[in-house]
Amino acid sequence: MNSTTTTTQIAYPLIGVAILFAIWGAYCWLFSVPEVVLPSPGQVAVAFFDSFGVLMREGWVTLVETVLGFALAMAVGLPLAVAIANSRPLNLMFYPLLVALQSVPKVALAPIVLVWLGTGLESKLAIVWLVAFFPIIIDTAAGLRSTPRELIQLAHSLKASPWQIFYKVQFPAALPFVLTGAKVAITLAVIGAVIGEFMGSSSGLGYLLLSATSQLNTPLAFAALFALSFLGLGVYAVVELVEIAIARWLPPRATGH
Amino acid sequence: MGFVEITNVRKVFGGKEKEVVALDEASLTFDEGEFVALIGPSGCGKTTLLTIVAGLASKTSGSVKVGGKEVTGPYPDYGFVFQQPSLMPWRSVLQNVLFPMEILGRNDAQAKARAEQLLEMTGLHAFANARPHELSGGMQQRVSLCRALIHKPKLLLMDEPFGALDEFTRLDMNDLLLKIKAETGASVLFVTHSISEAVYLSDKVVVFTRRPARVSAEFQIDIPAPRTQACRFTPEFIEAERRASEALGLLVGTH
Ligand SMILES: Nc1ncnc2c1ncn2[C@@H]1O[C@H](COP(=O)(O)OP(=O)(O)OP(=O)(O)O)[C@@H](O)[C@H]1O
Ligand SMILES: [Mg+2]
Repeated sequence: MNSTTTTTQIAYPLIGVAILFAIWGAYCWLFSVPEVVLPSPGQVAVAFFDSFGVLMREGWVTLVETVLGFALAMAVGLPLAVAIANSRPLNLMFYPLLVALQSVPKVALAPIVLVWLGTGLESKLAIVWLVAFFPIIIDTAAGLRSTPRELIQLAHSLKASPWQIFYKVQFPAALPFVLTGAKVAITLAVIGAVIGEFMGSSSGLGYLLLSATSQLNTPLAFAALFALSFLGLGVYAVVELVEIAIARWLPPRATGH
Repeated sequence: MGFVEITNVRKVFGGKEKEVVALDEASLTFDEGEFVALIGPSGCGKTTLLTIVAGLASKTSGSVKVGGKEVTGPYPDYGFVFQQPSLMPWRSVLQNVLFPMEILGRNDAQAKARAEQLLEMTGLHAFANARPHELSGGMQQRVSLCRALIHKPKLLLMDEPFGALDEFTRLDMNDLLLKIKAETGASVLFVTHSISEAVYLSDKVVVFTRRPARVSAEFQIDIPAPRTQACRFTPEFIEAERRASEALGLLVGTH
């Protein structure tokens, strides 16, 4: 890729964002929209920098919930996916169930989780775990099962051990799928953390957003929203970077789905 | 006594109600260094027989002996070449070729030297560090061939290895395979759909019937080595093709 296209790829989206902000600003100015209804981009920016310390502090709480919950979902999801992919009975018993559960809106469980685990970190982790777990286990299991049969046969023909078959053949073959699952999961993890904070919490960006709105401090609410977006983009970018780092070998567009 | 002895091998797939007899009393014997082409209608059980000889699939009854020993499971004395190159996209060409040595625990300097020698022989030396997706289909299949040969197997099992290639590449691959066979002295059991490929490559052509497969004809090809593309137009070659076509039932009603 040459530098001109790189510049274009960065410049054009930025222009798009600038146009959107301009429309937003123009709308606020032309119709003299009250700040409490819709603050202008400038007012949001002021609120963002004025409350930068608060945003960082609450953002850190949300980040910890997101990352820990996601890590727990990976830690449980990957081994279970391996078990399901390698055992026919386990696969028959649980795979359809997992697929069915994936379409259940897990955030609906949030109030119940709160009753069980209280308003601390545990309930947030549980909700994040719930939303992040399914894409990870389902995509990983699908990836492991889609390993070309010939490669497995080749390994068998050389009397490879089950462990060798796993780490030299199945897992590398499934990695693109794992990463696709992880990208979906990390996006959902941020949503899960915010939902958890909405339900009952005394910290985090979700909490800040709610309390700012209830105090009619709409610029701060918007600033929290932006902080949340940056957080979401940030964690997604990290997973994306991991993907780029370990999936360099992939033929173009053979990644995951 | 042959190097590979396949005696009355029967293979039945499925349960009591939906039985599929893939192989019915298939028998075939060949010697060390012999090149045997297996040809038969699609779905007649050729792949099934290869996987049984490889110890990768079980048989319902019968016996398969390789080098005098009954095959009961996989054994690393053979190399398998699949219809598709089946390379690992996350490994370089060289690492793909060395994969068997890694599993066998013999991935040393000697193995690497042999891998490089095989890549040289197949004209892939410049691509040792390339990824499989950077190679054409024919080049990928050559890598797969190198991978099957890396541990110096006495037997090569090839399941329509050139079926997915275009005619020119296939002819090139045929000549390469003859060269490799001459250099390694391995026995080859080669499944193909192409009558002319079967005749060109082999010392013996075995024709299978429609499913359930049995041997319907077996004949020697006495065209002396070294064979070149010009052999395809000799009377012996054409006669051998005619016999194979006849055994396959392709000539019925054409007189
Ligand atoms: N795992 C399996 N379970 C059930 N039936 C099978 C299985 N594998 C193969 N068969 C059946 O056995 C028969 C022989 O299959 P096989 O793949 O050996 O044919 P083939 O001669 O290699 O065909 P082709 O030339 O198309 O590759 C087919 O009818 C197929 O449906
Ligand atoms: Mg086949």
